[in-house]
Amino acid sequence: MSSTVTSAADPTRFLRRLGEILPPARVLAGPAQLAAYESDGLTAFRTAPLAVAVPETQAEVIALVRLCHAEKIPFVARGSGTSLSGGSTPVAGGLVITLNRLNRILRVDAAQRLAVVEPGVINTAVTLAVASYGLHYAPDPSSQSICTIGGNVAFNSGGAHCLKYGMTSNHVLGLKAVLATGEVVEFGGASREQLGPDWCGLFVGNEGLFGIALEITLQLLPRAEVFHTVLAGYRTLEQAGDAVSAIIASGLLPGAIEIMDALALEAASAAVHAEYPPGCEAVLIVELEGPREVVAAQRPQLDALIAASGPVEARPARDATERAAIWKGRKSAFSAVGRLSPDFIVQDGVVPRRRLGEALRRIAEMSRAAGIRCANVFHAGDGNLHPLILYNGTEPGALERAEILAGKILHMCVEMGGSITGEHGVGLEKRDYLATMFNADELDCLHRLRAAFDPLGLANPGKMFPDGTAPALAQHGLHPLEKAGLISRE
Amino acid sequence: MNAPLTPTTLAELAAAVRSAPRVLAIGARTKPRLSAVAPDVTLISTLGLSGITEYQPDEFTFTALAGTPLREIAATLAARGQYLPFDPYLLDAGATLGGTLAVGLSGPGRFRFGGLRDFILGVRFVDGTGRLVRLGGKVVKNAAGFDVPKFFVGSLGRFGVFGELTFKVFPRPAATLTLRLPVADANAATQILTAAAGARWEIDALDLLPSTDAIALRLAGPAAALPLLAAEILTRFPGEILAAATADALWADLRELRWTFADGPLLKLALTPAQLPALAATVRTHAGRLHVTAGGNAALVSLPAPIASLGLPALTLRGPGPLWLDAPASPVIAAAVKTALDPQNRFPSLAA
Repeated sequence: MSSTVTSAADPTRFLRRLGEILPPARVLAGPAQLAAYESDGLTAFRTAPLAVAVPETQAEVIALVRLCHAEKIPFVARGSGTSLSGGSTPVAGGLVITLNRLNRILRVDAAQRLAVVEPGVINTAVTLAVASYGLHYAPDPSSQSICTIGGNVAFNSGGAHCLKYGMTSNHVLGLKAVLATGEVVEFGGASREQLGPDWCGLFVGNEGLFGIALEITLQLLPRAEVFHTVLAGYRTLEQAGDAVSAIIASGLLPGAIEIMDALALEAASAAVHAEYPPGCEAVLIVELEGPREVVAAQRPQLDALIAASGPVEARPARDATERAAIWKGRKSAFSAVGRLSPDFIVQDGVVPRRRLGEALRRIAEMSRAAGIRCANVFHAGDGNLHPLILYNGTEPGALERAEILAGKILHMCVEMGGSITGEHGVGLEKRDYLATMFNADELDCLHRLRAAFDPLGLANPGKMFPDGTAPALAQHGLHPLEKAGLISRE
Repeated sequence: MNAPLTPTTLAELAAAVRSAPRVLAIGARTKPRLSAVAPDVTLISTLGLSGITEYQPDEFTFTALAGTPLREIAATLAARGQYLPFDPYLLDAGATLGGTLAVGLSGPGRFRFGGLRDFILGVRFVDGTGRLVRLGGKVVKNAAGFDVPKFFVGSLGRFGVFGELTFKVFPRPAATLTLRLPVADANAATQILTAAAGARWEIDALDLLPSTDAIALRLAGPAAALPLLAAEILTRFPGEILAAATADALWADLRELRWTFADGPLLKLALTPAQLPALAATVRTHAGRLHVTAGGNAALVSLPAPIASLGLPALTLRGPGPLWLDAPASPVIAAAVKTALDPQNRFPSLAA
């Protein structure tokens, strides 16, 4: 590398050198310009960065990272800023590198069923680009209409179809990335098989602590030919949970198994005018998918299982429009909760599936005891809970009380043998809880790995690991894009 | 070389790692080239660390000690109607779970739902400093911490000694049906592999057989649906439906590598279907045999004698010859990651 490491960060010199890499129009440094980048999907935390860089090419991103390394200025890569764990919250005195303009789909190989994309490509744009070949990109986080592949890779995003299809990591075949040191690496390739250690697997989910992905090779799957999507309403959450257990025990492998509770249903019906069976404490969504002959053979089995589970009402989607409506209600549920409360925290804990009922009961008890409302939307098939903790940020101490409840829920998930995060990542939000899952030796091992990729600790510092910094807890409110109805949370 | 150390607890495993300056774990040694290292390396057998420690069928997960034979795991899962969808190799030969992870060897079933990397959830391992640590999780979904369990797939035990592994499993499909589709040559095979892989049929396995004169295509799912799918496939690609016993024997022979030369090198390759014709020609030149799996994305090559190159990177699993042919380039970060997990170079390098 040509650049040399200087002794101490010098913001003025850094900004001057930044101006040598990008034209003035693509360096944002004024207070009004920076305001839009102060937070991401975790709106409770805000930090103004030193500057925001808007590169348009891989070479520019590499040059920016090398400059940060030379000047010892921390940097945070950012896509659409939809992280719910505060993964792209800026670092004070640091650079935000926005990747939205690196949004080229570089190559689609329909025969090998892969696409090579830049990090700023929107999740759904991949499927759109390959739909004419009968292919699709499987991972489907709820924010998929706006979130970027780069962010999906950094946080190993999930979605509603993880039980059968896995997470982002399971669909990344190859990567080109610039590491925090400025070195450029390439992992994996076009084959679905690999020789030697799984470097791609290690990189995906690094939460931006290793570097920035510049090119991502994604595997594509043939689009499922038909779907059988059923929405079933239940008097109690427990009944819905029992239905899930019966489906799992049956040997079926549905593409998705989702549950929404009464509060989430109230929000969703207000937001997207979805109509749910009245008087239900829970709605279950189950989806079979595959060749028409396979779904035709499995459909009676699923319908019988649901009928036997005592639903108030079971509604199979009769066509693609009805299926889309079911999923719209589900995927809008989080932002819809914004109608019930000025502020909320979205959690992402995982519990063993068989303990879902117990977990929900305990969340309800803790929520009652704290006097804080809590809506639940979750991936029932894989035990991934998304409690939404409602609070009003203008009330003194409300956020702190909500965070205490959130912490109790995370502790419960770990105690039950689960995880503090299923798909949102640790980020800023849960960094203080990483030590509930890993002991000192394990944390040390993770730290050593981080240092291997980023010896100076410049890439997204303060995420995943506590580092002593405390970004300001900020005012309440939805993300500006969320208020505009452009994004939603999962 | 001294007799391998034989720990029977995870604490003893950690102590065994600390007991010598150079160590490497071995299992049943069904892929012996991977542990054919310099004589100063003390071998640690995991065969005394055997058994399923947790199995929750309704969680789709199990946890087992690294030395547990795959055969035992497959039988335990089958009793509850479940399986490891990536079809691990060498069950009858006694291969262990830990060795399978180390080599990163996934069988024909990896075509549909993915390979080892798509089913490994968590690993408890001893790092190069002799500490027993657990990374990943025990639930089917977890995004906390770096995904070291995935990194270990194919790591050849050169970054840590596995003690206990957690995997995701799936319900076993109700029925399977295997088609045999004759092909004239490797080009024709590539065309069928590519066309079938992108089709609507949700194929379970898609392999070019070692005879190289036919593709084996396996369907898996509800019994009523499979003949309907098979009939349509046979209108696209001429062939026949194999009798169940014939099909079972075909897949078992592939799984146990019964088609290979007994003494020559056996190599694993990663490839794309487009690279298949050239590889097939090279293998033929050397009077070798070839099993292409995962729809043309992975291959095993068996040769009568060592050769210098197959034209693609290859890893020798057993038999004579170097560990790697045309070793894949190591990323610049490799040395730093090795130092992070194994600062004293207690484990051999990936190169040897």
